[in-house]
Amino acid sequence: MAVLHARTIDAVRKNEPALLARWSQNLEASGATRDARISPQEMSTQARDFLRLMVDASATADASDTGAREWADTRAFLENLSRTRALQGFDSQDTASFIFSLKRVLFETIQHAYADSPQDQAGQMWAVSELLDSLGMHTVRSFQKSREEIIARQQEDLLELSTPVVKLWEGVLALPMIGTLDSQRTQVVMESLLERIVETGSEIAIIDITGVPTVDTLVAQHLLKTVTAIRLMGADCIISGVRPQIAQTIVHLGLDLQGIVTKANLADALAVALQRLEFRVTKAA
Amino acid sequence: MERIPILRMGEFLLVTIQVDMHDQLALTLQEDLAERIRKTSAKGVLIDISALEIVDSFIGRMISTIAGLSKIMDAQTVLVGMQPAVAITLVELGLSLPGVATALDAERGMSLLRRRLKLS
Amino acid sequence: MMTVPGVTRESGSQEVVVEQDVVIARQTVRKLSTQCGMRLVDMTKFITAASELARNTVIYGGGGQMEWDVLENGTRKGLRLRFRDDGPGIADLKLAMSDGWTSGNGLGLGLSGAKRLVDQFDIETAPGQGTRITIVKWA
Repeated sequence: MAVLHARTIDAVRKNEPALLARWSQNLEASGATRDARISPQEMSTQARDFLRLMVDASATADASDTGAREWADTRAFLENLSRTRALQGFDSQDTASFIFSLKRVLFETIQHAYADSPQDQAGQMWAVSELLDSLGMHTVRSFQKSREEIIARQQEDLLELSTPVVKLWEGVLALPMIGTLDSQRTQVVMESLLERIVETGSEIAIIDITGVPTVDTLVAQHLLKTVTAIRLMGADCIISGVRPQIAQTIVHLGLDLQGIVTKANLADALAVALQRLEFRVTKAA
Repeated sequence: MERIPILRMGEFLLVTIQVDMHDQLALTLQEDLAERIRKTSAKGVLIDISALEIVDSFIGRMISTIAGLSKIMDAQTVLVGMQPAVAITLVELGLSLPGVATALDAERGMSLLRRRLKLS
Repeated sequence: MMTVPGVTRESGSQEVVVEQDVVIARQTVRKLSTQCGMRLVDMTKFITAASELARNTVIYGGGGQMEWDVLENGTRKGLRLRFRDDGPGIADLKLAMSDGWTSGNGLGLGLSGAKRLVDQFDIETAPGQGTRITIVKWA
């Protein structure tokens, strides 16, 4: 259990401008402020906000338990900071050094405030060190998580881009699937297809699997789920691009396609779709 | 007691579900519909769930039951407007509502009912 | 007992005794899921799972409680729900969890369905010892 004494907190609060100035000097010395991605004003605002949050929390909380409720605002601030830094393309070292460079400055403040009692001085320095280490770790962890989230989202965006839903005709959508169909991919794609069906009011969706190398039970199940969802919404689905090998696999696996129409290629599927929607294609002359 | 209103449109009955129903309300709807079909000799029932954000197994079964009841009384049922998230969830739950015809919206649902009526 | 990564941030509980409570439970789960930043499809799945389990608590469990915890794992938020009752318990758990994905009419307790809708699912039950079901979904 480590607590920052009232004397320490007072010393920090009273010396805030000087403290912030020295912190800012340290950050400059490490090159952090020369980065164009963040302005010196922004950096000093962040520094000031963080210092205040940290000091306010220290007044009532145990400095060695940064997971406690009193530290929630400080943690949230750091999470936000990490997320912003991650989005701006900084690396975890830059982000963490923001916190750690505050240590020396606080140590100096404590040294002055406790010049008359070395034992308390040591105790408070230790408490501050523990506190900043813990907050620094939290910042790094949040940074990693933010990076992972950004990458995951980019992957999802890529997935959506690689399987665009195309409008073939009034009321007919096509979804050309390319590559392997895994669970996550199918879900993302399924959702976007269903959304487009509602948006465009299309009654027929053609899922083309020409570009899908293998169809096993799992893939077939995913497709089946997609088709069932489409039917529940009031549209229907045709699967095209069913190569002979795939047809064989389906038969061998004993898969029940539940009345889903399958066609060898997209053109045939489109013909069926147009017929169902009662369109007739005739030549001009 | 609160009830879901049932509107009559010619030979069809239209039910638009817009509230988060508790079980009793759903059962009451079932009963009310059966009674209205009998009274009006309706040939079709259109259930609009475009406002429903949650359809669980109870409501799913209610819909199947309504379709079954209607059929016995010589009426067709069409379910319209299911939201994508609801469709995905129902499928994951294992419900595909096999005996229920569906359409994207009320307009198309009515067309479907009229077509089926002509055929039967 | 289920272990989840992260810490609990906020908690609460409500009665699930009469069928109106099932509706209220859905509303609570919706509010909390939105708070966690869950995507629409995930939220829909989770609220539906909660609805199934809440109804089971009322109908088969003779009434009980739904306890909720908002979880935090780094920057990621999640929601944990615990449905508990002092009812008769489930005699044949294997059977109760057995209906696979079919196009059937989903009779029974809907447990396997609910399990597919969530990230983590845990059940403790025995004849005469009530039932405790825990589900977790991350945003």
